[in-house]
Order: sequence, then C-alpha cells, then structure tokens
Amino acid sequence: MLSVQEHVNNVKKKDIKLVPFIREVLEKCKKYNSDYNCFVTIDDEEALRQAKIVEANPKGLLAGVPITVKDAICVKDITCTAGSKILQNYKPPFDATVIKRLKNEGAIIIGKTTQDEFGFGSYSTNSAYGIPKNPFDKARTTGGSSGGSGCVTQLADFPHISIGESTGGSISCPSFFCGVFGLTPTYGLVSRYGLIDYANSLDKIGPIAKSTMDVATALNIISGNDSFDQTSLNQPKKDYTKFKDIKNYKIGLPKQYFENISKSVEVNVRKAIDTLKSLGVKFVDVSLEMTKYVVPAYYLVAVSEASTNLAKLDGLRYGASLPFDDSENFNDYYGKVRSTFFGAEAKRRIILGTFTRMSGYRSQYYLKAMKVRTLIINDYKKALKNVDCLLSPTMMFTAPRFDEITKLDPLQVYQSDLLTVGPNLAGIPMINVPCGKDEKGLPVGFHVMSDHLNEDKILNVSRAYEEAVKK
Amino acid sequence: MIDKDTVKHVAEIARLKLKDEELELFAKQLNDIVDYFKVLDELNVENVEPSFHPVRTEDVMREDGVSECLDRKKVLEIACHKEGDYFKAPKIM
Repeated sequence: MLSVQEHVNNVKKKDIKLVPFIREVLEKCKKYNSDYNCFVTIDDEEALRQAKIVEANPKGLLAGVPITVKDAICVKDITCTAGSKILQNYKPPFDATVIKRLKNEGAIIIGKTTQDEFGFGSYSTNSAYGIPKNPFDKARTTGGSSGGSGCVTQLADFPHISIGESTGGSISCPSFFCGVFGLTPTYGLVSRYGLIDYANSLDKIGPIAKSTMDVATALNIISGNDSFDQTSLNQPKKDYTKFKDIKNYKIGLPKQYFENISKSVEVNVRKAIDTLKSLGVKFVDVSLEMTKYVVPAYYLVAVSEASTNLAKLDGLRYGASLPFDDSENFNDYYGKVRSTFFGAEAKRRIILGTFTRMSGYRSQYYLKAMKVRTLIINDYKKALKNVDCLLSPTMMFTAPRFDEITKLDPLQVYQSDLLTVGPNLAGIPMINVPCGKDEKGLPVGFHVMSDHLNEDKILNVSRAYEEAVKK
Repeated sequence: MIDKDTVKHVAEIARLKLKDEELELFAKQLNDIVDYFKVLDELNVENVEPSFHPVRTEDVMREDGVSECLDRKKVLEIACHKEGDYFKAPKIM
C-alpha cells in the first residue's frame, strides 16, 4: 500500500486520476460502513467537488489524500452530530481550524466517523448512530470514543488519514484495539476551534493513521498557533517528519502501568521493549505514585466541564428542535429538548457534573480534582526528568466483546481507562504503536509518552520500532 | 450519599426531566461513582495550586481589526425557530 507521501507525489505527477480514485474510495467506505458502522456521514458530492478542484490544480502536502474526520469536528456544510441526536441535523456553516488547514493542503474530506455521544465512552457503544465494530472481530469493540476513525484506518487499503479527538484516551484506545498508530498531541498544540467541546481543558485533536510517517505528516499540518483558540500554544513550528536516531534514548517504565494488565498484552509489550533495547535504547524503572488517583481526578474534571459545555445546546439556534407555542416558557422548552435528545451517558454525566460543581460540593469535588491534577502533572514531570520518554501498554487488555461490555456498570467502564487518563490529564503527548497480536489475533500496542511539546521524541521511538519490525 | 431525591434535585437544576426508573438507576450508579471519588480525600492538597489547564498559557488578545465572520443568512438558515433576522425563543418571563 502506498504511503500518504507517495500518493501525493503520484497525484502531483498526474500518475493517478484523482476523481476516479476518490470515487472508488467512496464506494469502499460505503462497503466498510455497511459491514462495520464506521461512518455517520459519507459525503460523495462534497468529496468529488474537492477532488475535481485538486485534480485540476494538484498542490499542497496532502494533495488528493482521503481524510476521514471524527464527527465532533466541524466540516463546513457536512452534518456534524458528535454522535448525539441533539445535533442530528446540524450542518456547520464553517470549517474547524484543523479542517481549514487540511483543505488548504489539498486534502479530500470523505466523511465523518462514528463515536460515543460527545466522546462519552471507551467502547463507542454510546453512539446514537450505530456502534462501530472491530475490523478483527465484529463481535468486539473498536474502542472509543474515536471508534469509527480507528476502524476505518485499519480497514482502508488506500492512503488515508483520520482525524480523531481525545479527552481521556479517545485516540489511544481505538488505535490500540484496531491496531493502528494514533497520536494525541500536547494540550494546545493543535487548535480546538470548531471542535464540539467535551471538556475544554482536556480536549486534543490528533491524527490516526497506518504509519508513523503518515501521523507525522498530518501533525505538521494541523499543529500551530490559532488566534481563534484562546488556549492555543504559540510555539515555533517543528518538522515532525525529520526522524532522529534513538540510540542514546533513555525510556522510563512506570511500574504501576504494568500491574493488572493481561498476560498477552504484557508479553507483546515486553517483546517490543526488547526490540527497542536492541536499537540501543536504555530502559529504567520509574514510579508514578499518583496512578491510583488519576481515574477519579480525570472523571471529576471531565464531567464538571462537560455538564457546562452541553448547556449551550438549547434547541433554538442549531441542531435538533421541538415545536413550541406562545404559552410555553423557555425553561420548559429547554428541559424538554435536552431530555428528548440526550442519550443515557450524556444525562448521567450532566447530573454528575452538575452535582460536583454545586454549592457545598464544589471545593470537595471539582476544586479538589483541579488540585490533584497539579500533583499528577508534577508526578509525570518528575518521572520524565531523567528520561526522554515513558513507555507502557496503551490498554490493559485487548478488545472486549460487546456482550462483555454490556455487563459492565459505568464505574467499571471508567476504570478501564486507567492507563490513558493520566497522560491526558497532564496534557502530555502520547502515541499508540501497534506491537503484535494476542492469541485471538487481536492487536496489542504500546504507549510512548513524553514531556509537553516532545512530540518529536515519541515519534522517533514509534518510527524506529516500526522500521525495526519491518525488517 | 446520592439517593433518588438528590438525583431529582440535581436533574431539576440541570433542566433534565428523568423518568422514575432513570432516577432509580442513576442514584445507584452515581452513588458508586461518587463513593469511588472519595479516594482523593487521602491526598493533602492544602497548599497546592489548582491546574485549570494542563499547560500554563498566557492571556492573549487578538489584534483589533476587520476580519471575515459568519454570514447572518447562513447562520439563520440552520436555525429551526426564527423570525426575520432573529432567532425565536419561547418566552423567558
């Protein structure tokens, strides 16, 4: 299969006819969708319109590359539901900054991928538009919440990048379960303008792809300051595709992240560590003392912010609405819209987040979690002080079956995010690197994390491993 | 302790109308979750500053200047309830 860059070269040399290629991609995506539910929307018309423009004048770093986008990210004039009924007919009149940047480089937006409602979930089972199925076993989850993105990235037999979004692990988790590369950048490196917010202080947009190079290519384009996002970082641009040797890297293994993991995950990750050792990487044991507190601190921050974010969906300006007459008052109408169109997990998180911010509970829960977040950030900073990166399994177990997930109560689902919520809460960059399969043929991956803005380091490790196992 | 009445009260504040079985189920589930959150009480955070963001950012202001903004007609096109150039909402008072 061609890499994104090889495909772009072909498009520019006109060695490939772009419009028929995109037409074929659209047909394949429809087939994937009927088998695996990985799309909420596939927009033929818009994709072919873009393809004609790029075919006539092929330019840009992504000229003619098919891109799929998590449904929480706004693409002009394409329905954007964020997996929720309350946005069932919302067609944003603008492009998110990441989409604008991708289009400027000649990317072709194919469609919007399935996800948990507003990102509320770890298995994409809280989707109002069908549940995506794992490409390796349809009875199993793709992971969540960017489940459709992980799924289509694994299925695609053409050059392709998906744009996902992570709040507490929503890029890493589906990348692990679907066996693809997924990078969550440092908080603020990629603009959030045009993202349907889940939790503003946690949300990060990042690429999911079949190789480290494709991930790095996308990151080059979507990263960088944006005056439309007040938390956007203003940092000098880096070229993430210029990989460096990792021979003298020192990587920390957080001992708490190897407890309670399944045998098959452990075996494959240890094997990957041996491969990296053979490349000259030194490993040291480190301790993340705050591990026990990351899940409660994460969920407190996340639900508190989520419950305020969802308040803007009032059934009046955009999205779903209900009829009203002159006798009805605003509060009744607003309550009716919310109660009708929000799913169960959204309601649960609104109640929880409203409770944790209520007078009398605010300092006990919400403020406390914000302070614990400081301790968690310091914990990572300390562990990273003498090493380049940290490495752990990305998830504790391989993709579970849907009948197993149904038996879990919400708390058990939250606890399955143990390995991903910490780095997300600390806002440090992380990447899932696929490394082998378990005995059932389901993908395993390892997580490489590093300090804020060290995307280049985690990409170097990912690339070196990928090249080593190719040989 | 979160019981059915607490959920009902919070739901009213959050403008959610929940069915009786939802109140029952949420009370049990949320009680388990809030109980689990209590593990944070083990930590002394007395002199710890809260991190409202994971990365410290400075307040910045955009240059004051003319730029493109959303077209009013296009914005109103996607709204269900409108009258002339305005959104229409049920009465507030």
